[in-house]
Amino acid sequence: MTQSDDKSGLNRADDFLQLFKKGAEFTQDLLKENERLRFRIVKLEESLKERDLVGGTALSQDSARLLKKIEELEQEKAEILGRVRRAEEENQDFANRYVEIEEENNMLANLYIASYQLHSTLDFKEVTQIILEIVINLIGAEEFGLLLLDEKTNKLEPIACEGLELGQLPSVGVGSGIIGDSVKSGENFFTESMEGYQRDFLNPMVCIPLKIKEHVIGVIVIYKLLTQKEKFTSVDYELFSLLAGHAATAVFSSRLYSESERKLSTIQGFIDLLTK
Amino acid sequence: MTALKVLVVEDSPTMRQLIVFALKRIRNFQIVEANDGVDGLKKLSAEKFDLILTDINMPIMDGLKLVSMVRNDPNYKTVPIIIITTEGAAEDRDRALALGANAYITKPIQTIQILDTVKRLLNF
Repeated sequence: MTQSDDKSGLNRADDFLQLFKKGAEFTQDLLKENERLRFRIVKLEESLKERDLVGGTALSQDSARLLKKIEELEQEKAEILGRVRRAEEENQDFANRYVEIEEENNMLANLYIASYQLHSTLDFKEVTQIILEIVINLIGAEEFGLLLLDEKTNKLEPIACEGLELGQLPSVGVGSGIIGDSVKSGENFFTESMEGYQRDFLNPMVCIPLKIKEHVIGVIVIYKLLTQKEKFTSVDYELFSLLAGHAATAVFSSRLYSESERKLSTIQGFIDLLTK
Repeated sequence: MTALKVLVVEDSPTMRQLIVFALKRIRNFQIVEANDGVDGLKKLSAEKFDLILTDINMPIMDGLKLVSMVRNDPNYKTVPIIIITTEGAAEDRDRALALGANAYITKPIQTIQILDTVKRLLNF
């Protein structure tokens, strides 16, 4: 081996040593870096855990608050729905009540006007016309008649009618048949079945005796209702009661007035004759 | 608010009073009454009305004739007309509506029926 060979071998060993040192240093650095990174990871993990822990609590607090809020809102909703239901029930009650009140109003208006009209005149013809109008327009009868009691013969004589000829109506003795019985008892008569009723002048579908207290002065007899009138309603029965009393007094007073007027004019004529 | 003018044509004073009584419940209408079709036409020519209620069976001139004459008058082409009558047959109703009536109410009347019809036709 030559000297130059020795030198180059030393150099190569130095180089190798240098390289080895560098490798060792690099390895040291890598180990340190690795250690540092592992430490960092641990730290990060810890901080993450901490954060999760803190954040999770916050989240659960929010959730709890929200859940409570939802529960409150659900309760409120149930309460509101209950109130709405109660309001709807009340509305239905009010609507039913409104209909009832309107029916009552209708009934009172009819009764008021019938009564007002019956007592608006002392003219006998006008009174009978008003009775006919009430029975047509307010009750809805198409064929009917008004019979008044003749005190001398104790018979009911037809004096006005609608939808019929006056001559078709019978003269009826008090206590005779349905009409006579109704007048004798003073009780209203209604046929049992309106649907199958066939017109019979002695057997009307309705008899309404006209009474002043217990004294009967006449009767309204109904044979047919208007096509659109299927049955009697509560207002009709009220009108029948009103007619029974008010029509009787109106007829009675107008008759008396007409008679007194007639007598007065006779007496006046007589006085005039005597004084001239 | 200007009072709306309503003409009630009806020969029966009892019915007239009942109709007027019902109408007064809605608002302060200015109500004019007529005894028959001719009287109604006279009143319609004297002033302008916003609503007409008429019966059919009346002396001198009936309600259907009145409706047809009213509809021939350019001033009353669109004025609502309500018929209130005892005639309940479908053909009577159709005839009245064909002549130009806007509503057809049969007797015996329910005041609520009049009120609802008037409110509907006058858009209350």
